[in-house]
Amino acid sequence: MQIPVVRNILEANELIAQELSRTFLQRRILALNLMSSPGAGKTTLLEKTLTDLKGEFKMAVIEGDVQTNNDAQRVAATGAQALQINTDGGCHLDSSMVLEAVNKMDLDGVDILFIENVGNLVCPAEFSVGEDYKVTILSVAEGDDKPEKYPLIFAESKVMLLNKVDLLPYVDFSLERASNIARSLNKDIEIFPVSARTGEGLDKWYDWLRQEVDKKKKR
Amino acid sequence: MHEMSIAQSLVDIIKEEMDKHNVTKLIKVKVKYGQISAIVPEALETAFQVMTVGTRMEGAKLETEEVPLRAKCRNCSKEFSPQEDDLLIMTCPFCETEFGHEIISGKELYIEEIEAE
Ligand SMILES: [Zn+2]
Repeated sequence: MQIPVVRNILEANELIAQELSRTFLQRRILALNLMSSPGAGKTTLLEKTLTDLKGEFKMAVIEGDVQTNNDAQRVAATGAQALQINTDGGCHLDSSMVLEAVNKMDLDGVDILFIENVGNLVCPAEFSVGEDYKVTILSVAEGDDKPEKYPLIFAESKVMLLNKVDLLPYVDFSLERASNIARSLNKDIEIFPVSARTGEGLDKWYDWLRQEVDKKKKR
Repeated sequence: MHEMSIAQSLVDIIKEEMDKHNVTKLIKVKVKYGQISAIVPEALETAFQVMTVGTRMEGAKLETEEVPLRAKCRNCSKEFSPQEDDLLIMTCPFCETEFGHEIISGKELYIEEIEAE
């Protein structure tokens, strides 16, 4: 017999993600799902953000990693609360892992929760973890063909941080092309060219964070 | 390899539906996935087969169908499906506006029906 089903395959993940999203709303925490390929400079960018905005916001980090906890140590050194999730080889964080982490953390007074996903541009895009927004970090060293290879992540992201712009004179990367491709898939995407190393462009990213924290507080 | 966790969710849903309809053997399952969803159908099939060995789903056929990307032009509001080569800089075939269109379909991932006895 034929049985019509029509159910979203990721509905179980979605249900937990919705629960997380309600928790973040109740507590007025801006939750951001940070995604990138390995080597895009995600942890450096995060360290810089945590250090520069330390006086303004209380921030916490969930650190998804395949095996090591090096990143969590780097993040914790900035003074932010950091909790590591090891995915044991898994290529993405899912909402149940994040829920478990959230239950172990002290979220009192936290303004921003960064959820640093596993370094990979494919799988994390498919799994919501209750975030307000997905933020993708792409470094100019990776080439401007990346958005072509991994369209979903750019279609789903609210923000694209183009990192390592200090290397632009040395690499073959067109900011315009990468931006157009991302906008082609996502008309509302915000694009910030930055360098976590030199600090260039970070003020715009920080302003965006301030604005979004403010919006979340008023919801 | 997120196909493994996707296959797990798929198996869970099928189990539920089979119980609900009192059937004991799965023959076929039909899955639809969007053109720009990050799904590799072959990987999903393999994961599904591996995961169902020794269950009432063993040997069932996993049929996948791609849902093409469809966009609505931000300028002239007409709908179109971009050519494969044009997938990323999606140029509207009606007014040639290059980007900023709204994606209508192409990101989905759902189970459409199962066949069982
Ligand atoms: Zn048009």
